[in-house]
Amino acid sequence: MRDFSYMQADSVGAAVASHAKGADSAYISGGTTLLDLAKLEVMRPGHVVDVRKTGYDTVEQLDDGRLRIGTNVTNTDLAYHPIVKEHYTVLSDALLSGASTSIRNKATTGGNVMQRARCAYFRDTAAPCNKREPGSGCSAIGGHARSVFAVLGTSEHCVVAHPSDMCVAMAAIGGVVNVEGPNGKRDIDFLDFHLLPGDTPHLEHALEADEMITHVTLNAPIKGGKSHYLKLRDRASYQFALASSAVIVAMDGDVVRDARIAMGGVGTKPWRAAEAEKSLTGKPATEENFAKAADILFANAKPTDDNAFKVPLGKQAVVRSLQTVTA
Amino acid sequence: MSNDIIGAAKPRIDGPDKLSGRARYAADHYPANLTYAYGVFSNIASGKIASIDVEKAKKQPGVIEIFHHDNFPKLHRSPSNFAQQNKVDEARLPFEDNNVYYGGQFVALVVADTFENARDAAHFVDVTYQESKPVTSLTAALKNGDPKQAKSSRHTRGDADSAFASAAHQVDVTYTTPVETHNPMEMHATTADWNNGNLTFYEASQGVVFAKNTIAAVFGINPARIDARAPYIGSGFGSKLWIWPHAVAATAASRELGRPVQLVVPRAQMFTTTGHRPATHQNLKLGADANGKLQAIVHDSVNSTSFVGNYVETCGSVTKSLYDCSNVRVTHATAQVNQGTPTSMRAPGAAPGLFALESAIDELAEKIGMDPLALRKANYTETDGSKSLPFSSIHLMECYEKGAKEFGWDKRTPEIGSMKNGTEILGWGMAACNWEALKRDCNARVALRADGTAFVSCATQDIGTGTYTIVAQTAADVLGLPLDKIHVELGDSAYPSGPLSGGSWASASALPAIHAAAKKAADQLKGYAVEEDAVFADAKTDDLSLADGKLSLKGGQSVDFVQILQKRKVAEAFGEAYTTGATGDEYSFRSFGAHFVEIGWDPGISRLRVNRVVSAIDCGQIVNTKTASNQVEGAIAMGIGMALFEQTEYDHRSGMPVNNNYAEYLVPTHADYPEDVNVLLLDYPDYKFNDLGIRGIGEIGITGMAAAVANAVYHATGKRVRDLPIRIEDLMSA
Repeated sequence: MRDFSYMQADSVGAAVASHAKGADSAYISGGTTLLDLAKLEVMRPGHVVDVRKTGYDTVEQLDDGRLRIGTNVTNTDLAYHPIVKEHYTVLSDALLSGASTSIRNKATTGGNVMQRARCAYFRDTAAPCNKREPGSGCSAIGGHARSVFAVLGTSEHCVVAHPSDMCVAMAAIGGVVNVEGPNGKRDIDFLDFHLLPGDTPHLEHALEADEMITHVTLNAPIKGGKSHYLKLRDRASYQFALASSAVIVAMDGDVVRDARIAMGGVGTKPWRAAEAEKSLTGKPATEENFAKAADILFANAKPTDDNAFKVPLGKQAVVRSLQTVTA
Repeated sequence: MSNDIIGAAKPRIDGPDKLSGRARYAADHYPANLTYAYGVFSNIASGKIASIDVEKAKKQPGVIEIFHHDNFPKLHRSPSNFAQQNKVDEARLPFEDNNVYYGGQFVALVVADTFENARDAAHFVDVTYQESKPVTSLTAALKNGDPKQAKSSRHTRGDADSAFASAAHQVDVTYTTPVETHNPMEMHATTADWNNGNLTFYEASQGVVFAKNTIAAVFGINPARIDARAPYIGSGFGSKLWIWPHAVAATAASRELGRPVQLVVPRAQMFTTTGHRPATHQNLKLGADANGKLQAIVHDSVNSTSFVGNYVETCGSVTKSLYDCSNVRVTHATAQVNQGTPTSMRAPGAAPGLFALESAIDELAEKIGMDPLALRKANYTETDGSKSLPFSSIHLMECYEKGAKEFGWDKRTPEIGSMKNGTEILGWGMAACNWEALKRDCNARVALRADGTAFVSCATQDIGTGTYTIVAQTAADVLGLPLDKIHVELGDSAYPSGPLSGGSWASASALPAIHAAAKKAADQLKGYAVEEDAVFADAKTDDLSLADGKLSLKGGQSVDFVQILQKRKVAEAFGEAYTTGATGDEYSFRSFGAHFVEIGWDPGISRLRVNRVVSAIDCGQIVNTKTASNQVEGAIAMGIGMALFEQTEYDHRSGMPVNNNYAEYLVPTHADYPEDVNVLLLDYPDYKFNDLGIRGIGEIGITGMAAAVANAVYHATGKRVRDLPIRIEDLMSA
């Protein structure tokens, strides 16, 4: 780990100002990503701005029914918040399926949104990696690319999956990421926040220079919606998803009135499946329609040499989730 | 032996020290002027170091010295002789030359004033390489040429080839197992401190005597000048049996600098430079007659080894002995790959070997149309065919029967996928487990002290298995003292020479010596007690007994044993004893058992879990049912890992490991451990083996476990997976 200067900010304004002083600044809250990668020298911040003392650590229901989550709310506190447990079970379940208790106690909402890839080659400074060193090449392609690699949204420059469980649930729920920077506050649609790798896999999110996340504001729960998060993996705990599905469905009798589907472990970003949702809306909740939606979801899948099984596995995840919420 | 101590379920006496942090491990020692070393590790798997530029690194804060092949002191290789107790698996010393034989090899060592400064500076050491094309897997190595046959572990009897050719039923299949990494929680670590030519050497070691002798050989000094200490280690699973390059590097740096040096091997290099279980390819040929009687067994295995050590994984070590069969051949061979040197990992040979054998037995059962358990019973023997000797004590049939009854095996329906529970298909499988009963020479010292306690010392180790506790139980039983009055010190080579904690032989070797030493201590006390003017001056020692801290005369008075010592004005009454590792040539000594496993396979979401395990184990006298069960339960967890998760993965181009951390090298979590695990300990003392009837229990539990899981998976899915680990993509329908 290289030496860095450290500043503990007592307000977002102070944090942003401090961050803007250098070109190699980084915000830190729980530190579960930054410290890990700094020790590996994958991230080498020259200046670290600690935002934990800026506040923004509460969960509030807004008058319009939306849920505003402060950036410093820990994954544990969010998962066990009464409103989240009752009205956003898909989010609570997703959070509790991620990492381990001790990591969830440290990790925060804003930090989880900013979580970086778990690719072995990204973490190995001796290996070429377009995400770490733009233009150096992708070692995962043609290399070892099973568990944490995507089948949707990949490019010839990067194939790693987005690692978060929380973000998959948030993508299904929908909402905005509230940010603040040198030019003031703005909101970024949650689905636009994470970027596809394309030919710039080092660009992972829509933040402008020195902007920091202050909240994530989630849409109000769908009336009558039932939700489910299913995470499939080799072992039962402490592993990133091979495939996961976050599903929210509201029914009118036997017919799907509203469906929200997002996938984890299979996409290069938290993968909202709008086409699959559309195919279900207004249709009866049948095995056949679920299977059709799953086929649509993975129609453009491009597996690596090692992870072709993620296509049928992802389909199984979403079908089982749909069965569960419509049973 | 009294039943309230020996065979009781006693909690670990070292538990409070471990929980409170008072137990100090190899990297918890901070001698004055301590320095910290951090390695620079090769990021190629094969080639030569072209140049090392340390100028920038040397200018970093706190850096004291940087060692590499150009300036590392000239040392000597250990002779690697087991009998002389200086065995190593990787004979090459660190920084011997500029060759790179594997990824993650030490290429430089930075010593600095703090750990952080050493690690930071290590990133500034600039190494350039001349890279050669590495051999990145056993499969690739076998394409390059024939493996090297290991003649010493070969066994043949009868004519296996012709018996196989003429057998009514045949199975001829190949199984593979991957490289597995031990992954003990405590990283390998050394704290080396030289003073006037004497070395205090704290090492995360499963054998302080071996550590002492090996370091002495490497540095060319008398072993008496070294005190090797490992009072606590955070487990080893075999990776800490021998000295590895880091220990030599740290010790040499300390001698050169005249300051103590501490080195902790980073987790990533625990995958490269401290051993691993090698990959194996195993061909099994089983021939049986129409009734399932085995006519031929051929087990030919080859394992990966490194370019700097020839480690043989003896996969056929159980195959030659377990079943009644007149025509048997087991062979072993090795092929070199550009990986670190393999070493023993819990049940070496037997763990991968029984995966193959016990899978093949099930494949044979299916061909014949027999119940797998019935086939095993049909080939049961009480004679070790490889030695033509009877087993000293065998209750395998009882393991089969008790295990089957407890599990409910008679309710198994043999058709594939025929047992269901909700969305899950259940699979029931079983396998035999087996491990050779071994013991080694051991010396021990036991003293009854004037402060009312007893002090037991032996240069063996407690590697987290409960050795401290069962040593205390053994002494307490002889001395008539409560456990909390027994002070045990292990893991120090200054104490009477004891065995390595490996091969499941520590208990069987050490406890008889401790028992004998305790008796001698009691005898000395009794001797004092009957001396002229002593308390029992007119008594015979045979009429004296020790219980509850008192020495009592039959039909007479009792006095605190402390009074005897006080009157004699001595600090202690002590005994030293030696027990032999020799076992004679009348019997074959092995431990036996059987695993019964239920798996659940949910085909709708491709989820595979182990639901239930019953294991019946026959390994002699049980000293502590709590620690003994715990060993088997831990081995079951590790066996589940071997079956379903564990595999060190290498990039097939570079040969570098890609899952060298706890997040991606998967071992079972608590959530993967079945809620329903039942360990049945048979508890038949084997007095032909040693005076206490004890055989070891550390390793047997992992043997056969992967096969039992694979057999259960086959029963559920109809997919016979012969390549570990079993992954969900192997089971998903095409």
